[in-house]
Amino acid sequence: MHTIRKGAVIAPVIGLLWLLVIATTVAVAMSFATGAAFRPGLAGSVLIGAGIGYGALRLPNRWLLAAAAAVASFVLTLIGAGAVLVGEGVSILSILIASLLLGIGVGLPLASMLGGHPAGEMTRHEFEEVVIGFLTGFGYVFFTAIVIIPFYVMVMTSLKSQQALLGNPLDFTIDLSQGWGLFRSYAELFRDFHFGTYLWTSFFVSVLTVFITLLFSVPGAYAVARLRFRGRAAFSRSILLIYMVPMIVVVLPIYIVYSMTGLRNTLFGLVLIYPVTTIPVALYMLQGYFRGLPAEVEEAGLMDGLSRLQVIWKITMPLSLPALASVSLYVFMIAWNEFLLAFMLLDDPSKFTLTRGVAMLNSSEVPRQHLMAGAVIATVPIMVLFLGLEKFMTRGLTAGSVKG
Amino acid sequence: MATAVPPKGTGPLARREARLAWSLLAPTLFSVAMVILLPLMAIFWISFKPIGLADLRPPIPVVREQLRGSPEAPGDAATIEYRLRNSSQEEEIRGVTLSDIWPPGVTVTGDLPEACSLTGTEFFCDFGDIDPKYNDRFRIDVEFGQAFFDWGGDPEESEPVVTGTATNVLTNATFTMENFARIFDGSEFWFVFGVTLTYTIFGTIGALVVGLFAAMLLNQDFRGQGVLRGLYLFPYVAPVIAVAFTWVTLFDPTSGSINELLQRMGVTEGGINFFGQRPLALIMVIVFEIWRYFPLSFLFILARLQAIDGDMYEAADMDGASPFQKFWYLSLPMLLGILSILFLLRFIWTFNKFDDIFLLTGGNAGTRTLTVNVYEQAFAVANIGAGAAVAVVVFLCLLVFSVFFFRFISREEGL
Repeated sequence: MHTIRKGAVIAPVIGLLWLLVIATTVAVAMSFATGAAFRPGLAGSVLIGAGIGYGALRLPNRWLLAAAAAVASFVLTLIGAGAVLVGEGVSILSILIASLLLGIGVGLPLASMLGGHPAGEMTRHEFEEVVIGFLTGFGYVFFTAIVIIPFYVMVMTSLKSQQALLGNPLDFTIDLSQGWGLFRSYAELFRDFHFGTYLWTSFFVSVLTVFITLLFSVPGAYAVARLRFRGRAAFSRSILLIYMVPMIVVVLPIYIVYSMTGLRNTLFGLVLIYPVTTIPVALYMLQGYFRGLPAEVEEAGLMDGLSRLQVIWKITMPLSLPALASVSLYVFMIAWNEFLLAFMLLDDPSKFTLTRGVAMLNSSEVPRQHLMAGAVIATVPIMVLFLGLEKFMTRGLTAGSVKG
Repeated sequence: MATAVPPKGTGPLARREARLAWSLLAPTLFSVAMVILLPLMAIFWISFKPIGLADLRPPIPVVREQLRGSPEAPGDAATIEYRLRNSSQEEEIRGVTLSDIWPPGVTVTGDLPEACSLTGTEFFCDFGDIDPKYNDRFRIDVEFGQAFFDWGGDPEESEPVVTGTATNVLTNATFTMENFARIFDGSEFWFVFGVTLTYTIFGTIGALVVGLFAAMLLNQDFRGQGVLRGLYLFPYVAPVIAVAFTWVTLFDPTSGSINELLQRMGVTEGGINFFGQRPLALIMVIVFEIWRYFPLSFLFILARLQAIDGDMYEAADMDGASPFQKFWYLSLPMLLGILSILFLLRFIWTFNKFDDIFLLTGGNAGTRTLTVNVYEQAFAVANIGAGAAVAVVVFLCLLVFSVFFFRFISREEGL
């Protein structure tokens, strides 16, 4: 066990493992970027990885390490034994780029993982730090890859033409000379598939859902948080149980009733249901927040002659704007992304929400790039909202709710 | 002198407060009762009903009116024809009546049907009960007088009105155990149940473990931490329909990028049908579940990690604890509460999950879970009763989970 903790043993092993990670990443990235054949090579990875790993213990300069890795990779790839192997007809330039990426991806992280550690016996701390360093690096690469690849493919597929997609499914290079022609799938969706209407319908339904949810859950949350009544504890405990009820169970009777009363295929019917699926969780989130507000401010308001409802409107709501914002965002997201109810209750293409509209595109008659363009249209607004408000939310929640 | 005692019971102020509380809660309670609780109860009722998708339209009497012959001058004869039929092949309709307003100046020359009468311009028939598959015509010979031509309107303008009631399968008193017999018949149910459990257990644990890993990664201060945190939430925030179809496109057996990549790398020879063959489809569906929901676990775990007091780690450093020891003996026990809550919540939600599998495989290739089975039975097989029976099974399973939820969670976090 102790021999394995020698730096001279650990470093090449870590180097080798890390090289496999980076070689695979570079190969996948280059394949997706150029559409040419790249694959990781075992022999080259062992050679470069072990070498750079051992070198990291000795060489103080990380850029030197990166350069060494890049040069080694370039030379080995050219003679056909590199960490990244290429197929026929791959240009020297892309091999150079791949080698550079590999060099940087290998040299810098390995230097910070292994640099400064002894070549001889390592302490347990040092050993574990090296392992954790490797796992951390692996984690970043892994998570970033699994999150980015699907979204990258989604966007790029929507910009391609049918022939290009069938010809080489890996080729995601974009022909910029087409100009606006790149967006022809989007143009067709908006022109022939009423996606403008769907976008508006989804927006309308989601905003209305947020509004109704707040209208119902703010007074309810206030009652649970502030007022004393019998059954309060049981109520606040069981409210989340509603959230455990599977929608598919509830939707069957709703479908029957809607079919019989003619509420199916109406947005009114949809807006009747959507808020109820979000009210319990909104109520739960808000009551937790209301509890944290100082009751003294509200009592002062009561003393000054406000009624309870006025207290909620004039004191509690302004104080809990950050919470209201995050609840609204959450509810909007649920309503915007909702698929099951829209799918079951809407058959009429003129009344579709965006998610229902995208589901309609999933047929053999509609080309793939249209489906992906629909997916992008459904994703972009919620992403913009999320990225924009994430900052606002964290700032608001930390900036102290007690303003007196 | 009377001794002062604390007040007992509820005073008027307390009663007023309770009344206000309930009135503030009333809209929520009402809407939840209407949309969640009522359907939940209805599902039990429906599960004992022999009802198919076609039964949702109740049988109604249908009538068509037609004027045969074209009167052009006073004294011309023509025939008014009513065609009455029962829209149902199985149900009789009771108390069927027909009423219609005739144009002025029309006199009956032949016989009126037995059930019918004409008073002034009001034509009325009472057919009593009509049998299933009933389909009959009534012809009435008439003559058009001067008043009709003075009036000058369209004789077919006023639509005949028919009424009649039929027993609705949903509300009558016929019950059947056939739905349950049907879904428990054969080994299919237990296969579906097994798939559901596999999907739920591996999906839940996978999302937790991956989420824990992501949370440990991001629990350090570095530039770009916020950006990465936002990025790692993408799978959860994006609409399920968008990401599910992206996965299907990505893993397509003939034109999917992943298959192309694997072939270029020399891993496989031909295209792999990721979502179309057993047991790969189930594994892929679980992987998708983990991919989509690890952000949720990581968000909660990260929040808990950042709330842990740093002093503890300093003390551990003084005692010479190694990084793994600190994780194992300090972080993990602190996270146990949130981990168990997340496990239970995710377990129930994954059990309830419908959209993901439905969009990825449609429940084919050995990925049919109970929730997908509800849809399959009710809409693909068009047997609503059987679908409701599966829904009852789902609900009963959840009831069992909820008992666990109350037992453990409420103690854990004092909900």
